[in-house]
Amino acid sequence: MDVFSDPANVDVYVTGFLWILKLTIAGTVGALVLGVVLAAMRVSPVPVLRWFGAAWVNIFRNTPLTLIIFFCYFGLFSTLGFSASDDIDRNNYWLGVIGLSVYTAAFVCEAIRSGINTVPAGQAEAARAIGMSFFQTLTMIILPQAGRAVIAPLGSIFIALAKNSTIVGTIGLAESSNAMKDLINANGDQVISIFLAFAGTFAIVLIPTGYGFGWLARRLAVKR
Amino acid sequence: MSTDAVLYDHPGPRARARNRILTVVFGVVVLALLYWVYTKFDDKGQWAAALWKPFTQGSTWTDYILPGLRHTLEAAAVAAVLSLAFGIVFSVGRLSDHWWVRVPAGVVVEFFRAVPLLLLMFFIFFGVPFLTQQPMSIFWSVVIGLTLYNGSVLAEAFRAGVLAVPNGQSEAAYAVGMRKGQVMANILIPQAARAMLPVIVSQLVVLVKDTALGYIISYNELLQMGVNNVAANFGNVVQAAIVAAIIYIIINSLLTAFAGWLSRRTRRSGRAPRSTGGSMPTPAPAEVL
Repeated sequence: MDVFSDPANVDVYVTGFLWILKLTIAGTVGALVLGVVLAAMRVSPVPVLRWFGAAWVNIFRNTPLTLIIFFCYFGLFSTLGFSASDDIDRNNYWLGVIGLSVYTAAFVCEAIRSGINTVPAGQAEAARAIGMSFFQTLTMIILPQAGRAVIAPLGSIFIALAKNSTIVGTIGLAESSNAMKDLINANGDQVISIFLAFAGTFAIVLIPTGYGFGWLARRLAVKR
Repeated sequence: MSTDAVLYDHPGPRARARNRILTVVFGVVVLALLYWVYTKFDDKGQWAAALWKPFTQGSTWTDYILPGLRHTLEAAAVAAVLSLAFGIVFSVGRLSDHWWVRVPAGVVVEFFRAVPLLLLMFFIFFGVPFLTQQPMSIFWSVVIGLTLYNGSVLAEAFRAGVLAVPNGQSEAAYAVGMRKGQVMANILIPQAARAMLPVIVSQLVVLVKDTALGYIISYNELLQMGVNNVAANFGNVVQAAIVAAIIYIIINSLLTAFAGWLSRRTRRSGRAPRSTGGSMPTPAPAEVL
């Protein structure tokens, strides 16, 4: 592991994973909020809202994330002049967060919708019988139970989000995959140890996270 | 519970009036948003006919978009076949009775599922040439990366499928004198594959989308040819991206529709594995993106 005896290289590694961490956190928040709103739209009594939710899911779930991130930079920023920050890295970061959020929200929406399907019809009927409105039924009765049923799928979506955040490197952010590429090109004799350091970091963090979500899902499962 | 009309009552006069108001309000918001996008495009001159015209010319399609699409589909098809083979081999490996097969197979599957595909492709394309002292083919970098990742995901899907086959099936097979390999090949895998068909097809959608990562290591696929190169020639990156997105959406919607048809067909013929834990519905298997 000679590469990492040079503090400059360690710095590249740390910076790369800090970007991944920030992208994952901001992307998770954005995707979760947007995804829940979209799921609520898709089960609402208003047809226009349902269509909007369905259109969103069909468009973003079927488009490659690489294309979405590419569009965020070259379309949204370069051509249409949307800029999130004057600092180039900050700007790329926010463009990446937008791309990751709109893409992942489509998957979050579908996961929550399948969770809503696991809630017995009697729950919603009882809520309606005591006079709750659609919004009350959804937020107080259905979503809390649906949320507990979809912890495992949501977990794998957010793990995928963490891995997908490497794609933001396409638009020039020095995240982990770009960092690895630069280190490999500069230290061709230590390719294996560089790859193991980067891939191993993902594996060590994400594999236990996956099992953690599985444990949480079993623990919080609604007993019926 | 079906989501249709269980969350809300059949609308009465007041609910209908409220829904109409919501429809109008939200419709206006959406239209305002679309109009804002329209004016934004207009400000930047993005509606100029010159930017859209290339897509009405045959040469744009035959020189850029169609070859790109062909490369995308080639990589996806080869990787799909290899992923299925990889998935079957490693799912059987993880189910093996011998720890020295089970553990390594498990490590491989867990590792490649946890490593970002882009990182893997960068390693194969930029790193492996340093080890082998010869350049790596871009096509195979993309295909091997896609195979290792999607194959690992499919291995887990097959394993879940095999575990979902009722015990009686393998017990009956052992009872008539089949060997372990025969039980796996003739009894368990065919049933698991049929039950997991929808999951397999939706993983193929992921695979098609992930070929776009090839763009980053400059594989000549749809994003490279249809967006990057077209935009370099005509200066119409927004328009090219929209056209490419529509092509991806069409391909993947067809695959998704196929998966839906398959799952309805499997359910109708009663071949899907019966759930063992009472009548509690379970959420759909996690979608991996």
